[in-house]
Amino acid sequence: MSGMIDIVYAEYNYWIYVTLMMIGFYAMIAKKNLIKKVIGANIFQTAIFLFYISLADVTGGTAPIIVGHGGEHAEHAADVIYTNPVPHCLILTAIVVAVSTTAVALALIIRIYNEYGSLEEDVILAARRKLQPEFSEHARQKGVAEVSEQ
Amino acid sequence: MSKIQESVIIRTVVRIMVPFIELFALYVIMHGASGPGGGFQGGVIFGAAIILYAMIYGIANGKKKMSDSLDRILASTGLTIYAATGLACIAFGGMFLQYRAVPLLSDPAQVSKYLIDLVEIGIGITVLAVMISLFFDISPPEPEVEEAEE
Amino acid sequence: MKTLALVVVLITGAMLIYAGHDLPAFGDINSTAYQAPMTQYFIEKSVPESGVPNIVTALLASYRGYDTLGETAVIFTAGMAVMLLLRRRET
Repeated sequence: MSGMIDIVYAEYNYWIYVTLMMIGFYAMIAKKNLIKKVIGANIFQTAIFLFYISLADVTGGTAPIIVGHGGEHAEHAADVIYTNPVPHCLILTAIVVAVSTTAVALALIIRIYNEYGSLEEDVILAARRKLQPEFSEHARQKGVAEVSEQ
Repeated sequence: MSKIQESVIIRTVVRIMVPFIELFALYVIMHGASGPGGGFQGGVIFGAAIILYAMIYGIANGKKKMSDSLDRILASTGLTIYAATGLACIAFGGMFLQYRAVPLLSDPAQVSKYLIDLVEIGIGITVLAVMISLFFDISPPEPEVEEAEE
Repeated sequence: MKTLALVVVLITGAMLIYAGHDLPAFGDINSTAYQAPMTQYFIEKSVPESGVPNIVTALLASYRGYDTLGETAVIFTAGMAVMLLLRRRET
């Protein structure tokens, strides 16, 4: 029994990230609201970030900034352990891409809401199916009506 | 105008804090080479300062601080600084972004350090401009223009 | 439909937990990723080669500089895309 607890303790970071990932994945595939889907995607991405950063960690290690550069604390420089810098760098890239995708997704959602008046997937799909044959004609007439209102 | 925007405490604190947040953002960008920080982080902090101001004092006053045309110019300037640094390395006979090929100082590692700082500044400018433009694009239109309190 | 989604999610989670047993323990200094020659090279050579004590910045701007240029282009493109989608016409 204690062996089991040791195994779980040594790998508890994986349990946490798998739990977070399951929450995000469930929100992405089960929720009908588009905003909730985007939130789920963000939770999913955060789980992946956590996974990578926890892989980079080393017990007793410090942040990957060289100690002793420029003469400060140079006496400690020899016996410092650094955590793995490569996953940090990868995740810095991934965070920026996550921000970009979230921004574009939210902009698209705002446009969808302006067009269909709803964020529910069912309503949007039903409206699209109804409009499909003359969709472009409908959009053109809507634009003409808006311009004439102004 | 919502209730939170009328609060004297919030308006005063925001007016006092915004310059310090901007200063901290510049510190983070310039300190990216020798400590925790970098262009992405500093750019986001600088953008957050302007976004905070625009949230409390209104979008119209925020656009006085950072107009749409300035935003567009800054967004492309940062990317141009980055690409121009890479092309300058080609001009001095190196490969794209091979910083040590630029014969500015005697020590190639020092040249590399200063060019990395330049690249970080370029990243920071692009990120801050894009963050502010994302906020202004997604924010709803404001009916009336109110004057900033001095 | 929600039950099906829950089942799929739970199966995926169970598979990932099972696969996690093969990954190194939390904070293991003998993990393959940490002992890889490339990681040790970056830790030892980033200051003499790029002059930057922050290894993550050295990696981001120097060793992976081309990738970061693309990344900056990605965020610039995202800003432009949102502008195209949402910007109201200036009348």
